[in-house]
Amino acid sequence: MSFEALLFQAVNGFASASGLFLVAAGLSIIFGVTRIVNMAHGSFYMLGLYLAVTLAPLLGETFGGALGFWGGILGAALVTAALGALVEVVLLRRIYAAPELYQLLATFALLLIINDATLYFWGPEDILGPQAPGLSGSVEFLGRRLPEYDIFLALMGPIVLIVLHITLTRTRFGRLIRAATQDRDMVAALGINEALLFTAVFALGTGIAGFGGALQMAREPANLALDLSVLGDAFVVVVVGGMGSIRGAYLAALLVAEVKALCTALGLVEVGGFTFNMSRLTLVAEFLVMAVVLVLRPHGLFGRPQPAQARRGEAEAPLVPLGRTGRLIALAVLVCFAGIPLLGAVASYAPVLALDMVIAALFAASLHLLMGPGGLASFGHAAYFGLGAYGTAYAATVLGLPTPLAFAVGMATAAAGAVLFGWFCVRLEGVYFAMLTLAFAQIVWSIAHQWEEVTGGSNGLFGVWPDPPFDSANGLYLAALGVTVLGLALIRRLVFAPFGLALRAARDSRLRAEASGIAVEKVRWLAFAIAGTLCGAAGGLFAFAKGSISPEAISVGRSIDGLVMVLLGGVHSLMGPLLGAGGLTLLQDMVMRESPYWRGLLGLIILLIVLIFPSGLAAGLPRKRGAP
Amino acid sequence: MRPTQRLRAALFTAAALAAALMSPVLSPAMAAEQIRIGELNSYKAQAAFLDPYRKGMELALKEINAAGGVIGRPLELVSRDDGGNPGDAVRVATELLTRDKVDLLTGTFLSHVGLAVADLAKRRKVFFLAAEPLSDKLTWADGNRYTFRLRPSTYMQVAMLMPEAVKANRKRWAIVYPNYEYGQSAAETFKRLLKAAQPDVEFVAEQATPLGKIDAGPVAQAIADAKPDAVFNVLFAADLARFVREANTRRALDGTFVVSLLSGEPEYLDPLKEEAPIGWVVTGYPWYAITIPAHQKFLDAYRAAYDDYPRLGSIVGYATIKSLAAGIAKAGSTDTEKLVDAFEGLEVDGPFGPFVYRASDHQATMGAFVGTLAVKHGRGIMLDPVYIDGASVLPSDAEALKLRPAAN
Repeated sequence: MSFEALLFQAVNGFASASGLFLVAAGLSIIFGVTRIVNMAHGSFYMLGLYLAVTLAPLLGETFGGALGFWGGILGAALVTAALGALVEVVLLRRIYAAPELYQLLATFALLLIINDATLYFWGPEDILGPQAPGLSGSVEFLGRRLPEYDIFLALMGPIVLIVLHITLTRTRFGRLIRAATQDRDMVAALGINEALLFTAVFALGTGIAGFGGALQMAREPANLALDLSVLGDAFVVVVVGGMGSIRGAYLAALLVAEVKALCTALGLVEVGGFTFNMSRLTLVAEFLVMAVVLVLRPHGLFGRPQPAQARRGEAEAPLVPLGRTGRLIALAVLVCFAGIPLLGAVASYAPVLALDMVIAALFAASLHLLMGPGGLASFGHAAYFGLGAYGTAYAATVLGLPTPLAFAVGMATAAAGAVLFGWFCVRLEGVYFAMLTLAFAQIVWSIAHQWEEVTGGSNGLFGVWPDPPFDSANGLYLAALGVTVLGLALIRRLVFAPFGLALRAARDSRLRAEASGIAVEKVRWLAFAIAGTLCGAAGGLFAFAKGSISPEAISVGRSIDGLVMVLLGGVHSLMGPLLGAGGLTLLQDMVMRESPYWRGLLGLIILLIVLIFPSGLAAGLPRKRGAP
Repeated sequence: MRPTQRLRAALFTAAALAAALMSPVLSPAMAAEQIRIGELNSYKAQAAFLDPYRKGMELALKEINAAGGVIGRPLELVSRDDGGNPGDAVRVATELLTRDKVDLLTGTFLSHVGLAVADLAKRRKVFFLAAEPLSDKLTWADGNRYTFRLRPSTYMQVAMLMPEAVKANRKRWAIVYPNYEYGQSAAETFKRLLKAAQPDVEFVAEQATPLGKIDAGPVAQAIADAKPDAVFNVLFAADLARFVREANTRRALDGTFVVSLLSGEPEYLDPLKEEAPIGWVVTGYPWYAITIPAHQKFLDAYRAAYDDYPRLGSIVGYATIKSLAAGIAKAGSTDTEKLVDAFEGLEVDGPFGPFVYRASDHQATMGAFVGTLAVKHGRGIMLDPVYIDGASVLPSDAEALKLRPAAN
């Protein structure tokens, strides 16, 4: 590897960095002002690319290739900005009052809907756009060919950065954005039209995303997998740079792109007789970078501690223990669930579906322990689900342990992971906490994905079937029900124990909790470990239920599923995650059968639920009557 | 929340639950004489491949039922989305078996999903014909009595390219592959087979790129920097398009001999349009240049039915249903054990001519085409495609048996 080759790859990195920066900049601005974790941000990027590859040839016919290409990009950016404004006005504006993170649910639904809409309008095949007229060649540099378009892209990032910087520092609009980022309520109190500002900011953010997507026209085909794959990168860049810092975002994008380019450039590396393929690291490079940065700098490279959040919704009422009626009902529901196997042959599918629901309930409830009473939204809870599942599967197949023992090994694996990662995570708060959990989950995922000898690589482990008496659908279901009920009872007991009170106190006011002598970090660490262990139990059950386990069980998708379940059910009630988990599992099972566009349908239903019950099912069904 | 509110909420939940769980009871009674084929696939996750696949299946179904069905009974297809992941797939497969009472299972695209369903088939002793998954493990390391596979496996596809790779007689090879089992095993097989045929070969670069997220510029450059005189490519879909464009702009592969897996399949070749990389030796499906009479018949019927040309997915879907019909006819019943016995050594007339399901490893010998990419009328085509029979690249029955677990 010559020095020139490395230098050249570093230059390559600048073009990739611009791409990353453009997705991330919009996300950062939107989050800063509206506090919306925009899960649909990648969708706007994808839409931008689809619109560009459609508009460019259309415009090209009338105005010629060059105008068509650039006009297509500009048009795509404007259309996505308009769409963003529309989404904000029609949808998001209605749910700003909902508790924090609920907007996540709505934008997640949007992600599903936009993906299916794109499939409907553009079809399933990838569409490769035209190359940039006048920039399709390459120039000689360091004895290699550097594409002209890469040079253009490499410059585009800093240009947008400067334009944004000037807008933010020198214009009234920019001042408003910065003011709203620091204190929304103060801005509103000063008589600024908040609604208009939010719409403008959302349109600006999505427009930049669309612009970034459209610019990729010359480099990659429009395809339906872009939305999710870009979303993860965007989050990483925003968080590494520090929320709300545009400069930070650019620097972070550069850092991530350069690390990846370096891994690619190094290729096969021999260290002490072992050959390691560095290019394999590109799978998780960005998440490794994020984990390192967040551990060293808890607020990213340029971030400041998040301003104390003025609560928009009403203050959260304390949890109330179950009364006598409540207990009776819980018992009745439990009896109903336990009775499902009695249905026998008439509903032989019922235990299968109910098993998935029970596992999902334990998964969601364990996440809720962190999110609800803990106030710590984990975006990487699937890590412990996966660790539990892999631990169980490995013990059951390779070590040949009996079912209960294998299950215990799974829980222990998850517990170890949660204790280790939790120690790092609980030092952080808010979005930074969420992102560090996500980074660890991605690291666990990549290990499961690559460690062929132990985890079976991308295919996973097979033949993880339980021994008798758990080998029948009913046997396993009843065992899972038992484990889940125990887990739920434990969570309930904990939440109302002094430990739970301490956890809730730390959530409501860290400062006062610490002043009262509560070791906030220790309490949170313990909660993290317990949540992880119970989640591992759910994972172990999952492995036995499916007979196999693959890295998908640790993927971002599963972590998001968990978030959606908790939010859908309602974060303010211990019953919420159960409702959400059961509801989502049932819903998905039903829509998957009904329509080829089931993801979009699922999105629409979630959207409807969000609009009707803006704080989740559990909070929405019975209206509050008087103070508790 | 107050107890009465809780009561209402709980009642609501209970009602919803009851409704959902009882729905299987209410599902309509099945017509007794139909043969129900349970099919599951990643329709949402892999739409580009599976839309033509569905059309192929439906075409075959129509033809068979128009001719009076199989053993006097019409075929019925119960098709479901497998969610694109093994967890959902196992649930859907169980649902097909328990609620829909299907007679057998088929389908799946992704390797890990296919392997998970195959394991379920083994456990529940249900017949499973894996249509698309390429993983060698499906018929070898993790093979089982109840699982068969139609499409040529990763190993077979690599082996088909091997004569051309050896003939090129290049010394310095670079490999680029998507970083998951398919890419890893293709790269490994390629290295092993080439090393055996040409011991002085040297592998100068290996790029493992994240699936769907290749950073094409640096990758193309890193390969060019290693100065290979030949490249083996395993990238496909969007990754392939990105890589080809970067390699073209950077002239990274000028004068380099390239062999490439699957790149001649219309699903992956057509999006490249006039940028299809000229001179690459690929496996694929050149529907426009096949002279096999059975294929001509299929092509005419497909175009008449859908007013579109077939993709490789169409072939797989069509041949899957034809295989099942042939197997059931030979077994004379849909009994699982009889069906397994019938499939071992089953001869099927497919769109590429006759092929066999080997008794030794349950792999179909349906082959694929190898040709050289060229551009004609603004789109990529395979020049001089040659059909390679799957039987000619598979290891012998005795060797294949050694690759499978002993119990099966």
